[in-house]
Amino acid sequence: MTIISGKKREKIDRLAELAARDEERGVSLWQDAFRRLRRNPAAVVGAVILTVFLLVAIVGPFFVPYGPTDTMGIREGVVKVGQGLIPGHSAEHWLGYDHQGRDVFSRMIVGARQTLLVGVVATMIGLAIGALIGGVAGAAAGLGGRWGRWVDATLMRFIDMLLAMPSLLLAVSIAALLGPSLITVMIAVGMVSVPVFARLLRGSMIAQSNSDYVLAATSLGVRKSKIALAHVLPNSLAPVIVQATLTLATAIIEAAALSYLGLGNPDSATPEWGVMLADAQPWLGIRPALAIYPAVAIIITALGFTLLGEAMREALDPKLRK
Amino acid sequence: MALLDVEELSVTFARRNQRPVRAVDGVSFSVDAGEVVGLVGESGCGKSVTSLAIMGLLPKQPGLTVGGKAVFDGTDLLKIDDRSRRDIRGRDIAMIFQDPLSSLNPVVPIGIQVTEVLTRHRGMKGEAAAKEAAQLLDRVGIPDPKRRLKEYPHQLSGGMRQRALIAMAVACQPRLLIADEPTTALDVTIQAQILELLKDLVRDSGTALVMITHDLGVVAGMCDTINVLYGGRVVETARRRPLFRQPRHPYTVGLLGSVPRLDAGRGERLNPIPGSVRDLLPWPDGCAFAPRCTRRIDSCVGEPPALVVTHDSRGYRCVNPAPLPGAPGEEVREVVPGSATPGSVPAQAVPDDPPAVPGLAATPSEEDVA
Repeated sequence: MTIISGKKREKIDRLAELAARDEERGVSLWQDAFRRLRRNPAAVVGAVILTVFLLVAIVGPFFVPYGPTDTMGIREGVVKVGQGLIPGHSAEHWLGYDHQGRDVFSRMIVGARQTLLVGVVATMIGLAIGALIGGVAGAAAGLGGRWGRWVDATLMRFIDMLLAMPSLLLAVSIAALLGPSLITVMIAVGMVSVPVFARLLRGSMIAQSNSDYVLAATSLGVRKSKIALAHVLPNSLAPVIVQATLTLATAIIEAAALSYLGLGNPDSATPEWGVMLADAQPWLGIRPALAIYPAVAIIITALGFTLLGEAMREALDPKLRK
Repeated sequence: MALLDVEELSVTFARRNQRPVRAVDGVSFSVDAGEVVGLVGESGCGKSVTSLAIMGLLPKQPGLTVGGKAVFDGTDLLKIDDRSRRDIRGRDIAMIFQDPLSSLNPVVPIGIQVTEVLTRHRGMKGEAAAKEAAQLLDRVGIPDPKRRLKEYPHQLSGGMRQRALIAMAVACQPRLLIADEPTTALDVTIQAQILELLKDLVRDSGTALVMITHDLGVVAGMCDTINVLYGGRVVETARRRPLFRQPRHPYTVGLLGSVPRLDAGRGERLNPIPGSVRDLLPWPDGCAFAPRCTRRIDSCVGEPPALVVTHDSRGYRCVNPAPLPGAPGEEVREVVPGSATPGSVPAQAVPDDPPAVPGLAATPSEEDVA
């Protein structure tokens, strides 16, 4: 038997202690995922971007230097669109004026809130409807027997119909049907993401329905509804939550696209990045920066959501867990 | 009358464009209250499918046919509707599974999973349920049960998880427990503890236990009566002592012979049964074990061997059984002819399978059948 030196023994003791503490603390799926997220640089970058975006969207509007709808440039005679005069950045107006003489910096900041609102509400609508349909279909298909398979097939054909249409076309049709307004944009963008959520949750639930713990619960006489809600659903949510993060990114882009196409908020005075992008179009020759600011803002925000979402997908993937 | 009477249970899986697979082919056995009955056999012999069929847990798919009877306390479990079956499950009959980690829900604390059963069958709620759950965990030997109730399955060790599962199974003091390889996923030391625990529970509560295993050590330590399964049929049934002393069916002899022995000489080789479950003969054409049997004679092929029941209530399904040492005058009491449904093949004897190489062929996992 080898003799362990004092130093080595100390090290072993410390390791054992650490291991014991780890055991003591106990890590759930989410705690474990969070720990791995912190170690992933992409996740950190995404989280930082989103934190800044959230801060700007929530508290920014209280600190803007000018009113976002104040056409001061035209009032003061600085902006003369007819003569192609739209001044760029200056000490007072960091990002310059837009074609109606409004302060672009203020509009960008106030627009962040609108953009966030559209993204979140649209995703919520998509998640709620999609998860409801997918959850019912998944539970029915996984646990419901023959009748359940019929329910599942019916619901999924409806989802297939939604999925068959190109997403932007679908959004445009819905928006056109409901008439242009901010709510319309949210509903349209949300509906586009419904099939994704529904299919994801359904697939996840069917997979979970075949697992041993469902069999074990069944063998103990637990009711099917209880198994679906208390056992299958909680185990199926992780991919859906990841998808929600990723959908936030596409929702923002799609909302901007709808605004750009003129199906967004009819009151173009309300600042929103997509509207700003659309408004900048006639002036691209004179002041391309007017389009670049909102475009870059949209890209960076979407990137933040995507980075965090992808990192979460990795962190929560059971196949990648050690 | 026995607590559970399984009569001519058969389970067939029909497959598209192929001959149906007969996973269980006329299995009969009975379990008395307080008795421990073993179902022994290698992978794919139908022991798990038998238990799932009794519990009604086989996936309801087109092509599944379950025949025969499984009479539990006067009711045929195969005939009752889903609602009453759900009421019986967990309350009168409970099951313990092989893999304790995957049989517990990973995102739900242990306590909730235990109280769920109490709520379902005993109508207990809140404080009372939590208290009872803690008592149950204590009874199955989990230390500090109050704390463990709040923990998640992955925070428990393998043995603890199996104990928790056993606690859930015995929560309503069922009259029959079915344990499907309850110790396979555990360390040997933990295995012994779990078996002790099961033994205690059976002795204290008078619960009958059906023990499904491929481990003869488990059988020797626990079971009163043992049924050896091969190719979906019971090939030998006997009390524990006679079976281990004088196995009659060559398959049982082979099983016992293939157990590694500590007192064997160092140079001695292990004695596996040649071939694999794949090279079995369809029962209607003779004895399924014949292709691998060392005592094969001509009359093994052609007709399925009948179940021979001898004077001491032993039974074997063999035309050329291993001889009883020093007992020439063997009295055969009854001969039950083996029934067979033509047109179906036993599990694993799939005609379009590639020819199996003895000793090399992969033994199909239980999932292939179930």
